[in-house]
Amino acid sequence: MLIGHQPKPFLLAVEALTVSFDGFKAVNNLSFYVEENEIRVIIGPNGAGKTTVLDLICGKTKATSGSIQFRGKELTKLKENQIVQTGVGRKFQTPSVFEDLTVFENLEISYPRGRTVFGSLAFQRDSAVKQRVEEVAEMIFLQDRLDTYADQLSHGQKQWLEIGMLLIQDPELLMLDEPVAGMSVAERAKTAELLNRIIKDRSVLVIEHDMKFVEDIAHKVTVLHQGQILSEGTMEKVKNDPKVIEVYLGH
Amino acid sequence: MIINSRFFNRSELIGFIALAAILFVILPLSLDVFRLNLVAKYLTYAFVAIGLVLCWGYGGILSLGQGVFFGLGGYCMAMFLKLEASSVENTKIQSTPGIPDFMDWNQVTALPFFWQPFHSLTFTIAAIILVPGLFALIIGTAMFKRRVGGTYFAIITQAIAAIMTILIVGQQGYTGGINGMTDLRTLKGWDIRPDHAKVILYFVEVVLLFACIGIAQFIRLTKLGRILVAMREQEDRVRFSGYSVANFKIFAFCMAAIFAAIGGAMFALNVGFMSPSFVGIVPSIEMVIYTAVGGRMSIFGAVWGSILVNFAKTSLSESFPQLWLFGLGALFIAVVLAFPNGLSGIWQDHVQPRIDRLLASRKSKPKDGWNSVADGAPAE
Repeated sequence: MLIGHQPKPFLLAVEALTVSFDGFKAVNNLSFYVEENEIRVIIGPNGAGKTTVLDLICGKTKATSGSIQFRGKELTKLKENQIVQTGVGRKFQTPSVFEDLTVFENLEISYPRGRTVFGSLAFQRDSAVKQRVEEVAEMIFLQDRLDTYADQLSHGQKQWLEIGMLLIQDPELLMLDEPVAGMSVAERAKTAELLNRIIKDRSVLVIEHDMKFVEDIAHKVTVLHQGQILSEGTMEKVKNDPKVIEVYLGH
Repeated sequence: MIINSRFFNRSELIGFIALAAILFVILPLSLDVFRLNLVAKYLTYAFVAIGLVLCWGYGGILSLGQGVFFGLGGYCMAMFLKLEASSVENTKIQSTPGIPDFMDWNQVTALPFFWQPFHSLTFTIAAIILVPGLFALIIGTAMFKRRVGGTYFAIITQAIAAIMTILIVGQQGYTGGINGMTDLRTLKGWDIRPDHAKVILYFVEVVLLFACIGIAQFIRLTKLGRILVAMREQEDRVRFSGYSVANFKIFAFCMAAIFAAIGGAMFALNVGFMSPSFVGIVPSIEMVIYTAVGGRMSIFGAVWGSILVNFAKTSLSESFPQLWLFGLGALFIAVVLAFPNGLSGIWQDHVQPRIDRLLASRKSKPKDGWNSVADGAPAE
């Protein structure tokens, strides 16, 4: 698998991606490329199609046309769980954790082993699982709450738990939809710290409105507007783009 | 005992011992054979209810068609028994001796091909498990792979129950029609009708029931059990954690179908007949009510729900036959509105804490793990 001699080994290549809902093109002929270990932030006004792009990559929404290649695999043809297994993890905008299960059990379910019906019947909670769960719980500041049912957690803690559930999957591409939305200032700082730690050795695609946060983490920024790319490049370049100022940053 | 205490937590262990004592010792000693046979009939529904705990309580898949699987199991068993009761000698007055009486009445002159293998008990036992299992697999695959769920799934299962009844009633020559299969006599030459046979069949059933309780409890404690709960709450999160949600739903639905079928087969043996009145929409909904009354998150609750609601049904319909259906409806509404976790929820929230307090006040030092009881309780 020597692909080094090719010009640019993209981890994720989105090409001519279009999805139309009853004629309305939420994403229109969109192309962008994410490199290994790159942190890409997608910004844009409401309704620009940011969340839809993540939905398309993770398989929640089926593309009308276009292609999404992840490590050379065509994702548009795969089912959601198969996409996860190729190494794409997705965090939703509202925290979606299993409230009737404990923090430990939440993390354990995300541990990438025993994912078939019979595999999960035979699954043993061995030391490797316990160690990994504890390790991740420490990263997400929940090491003391392993036996707490997730419905007892605060909003911020649920967000962390969901990030932890992604971490334990160890995806090569991590997609985060507004990871700091609805968090207190203190939680925000902690989350930034957490994200800075977990984005090492993987590519990350983040949707975020918090410009300060975006500036802190982004390698490259893509500005979406009406399902199309308005501007792309470093934060510096995007910030000074007159089109971006007009539709998004201006107000 | 050590294995047990890991398999069951303290309150479950108490529940297990209490149920075992009542079903194995107290009821057989205190009831006459007629009443014991009634309990055996009630318990056949407990199999269905245990399946519904897994499928509905844990997996969140409400099936209003469990009567179909109960019926498939029951009819498989009844076909074997009916064939044995229709020996040439027993049926020599018929125009075609050696076939079941209802076939003769309906001008069927030869045993249909799908009846042939039911001469074999081994085949019959396999069919009791496999026929409903495969049927559930087909329905489950067709529905869950297309992401049909929730209310739509419930309605479709209900429609299947209705179709099944119509089919059985309509194909009188092959199924015995509305009367069902009656006059079942012997199992491999052993008469199932006298009192001592009823007692033995009762014990066989209770042993099977405990086997099913064991299997259900095992599934509940594996990661699969936790995935079912997870799926009920956040289907998408399970999907995006790398699981095929449809496969897990199919599994839960098939297990519920197989449990229901075992119950149906025991029904045919204990009650001595099988008819479409145990297949349709009304019995299917009643089965859901037993589970809801017992507590849809509790395996033992499901058994109690089946026994108690059926006991109430028998007693009330003996005295006020018209009132029973209203009573049942009221019971269901009351459970849903006031006690969503049913009897087991009432036990856990009101009875268990009082017992614990009583015990704790007697002992000066509470034991370790005293508080963990509530944590691992079935209705979490």
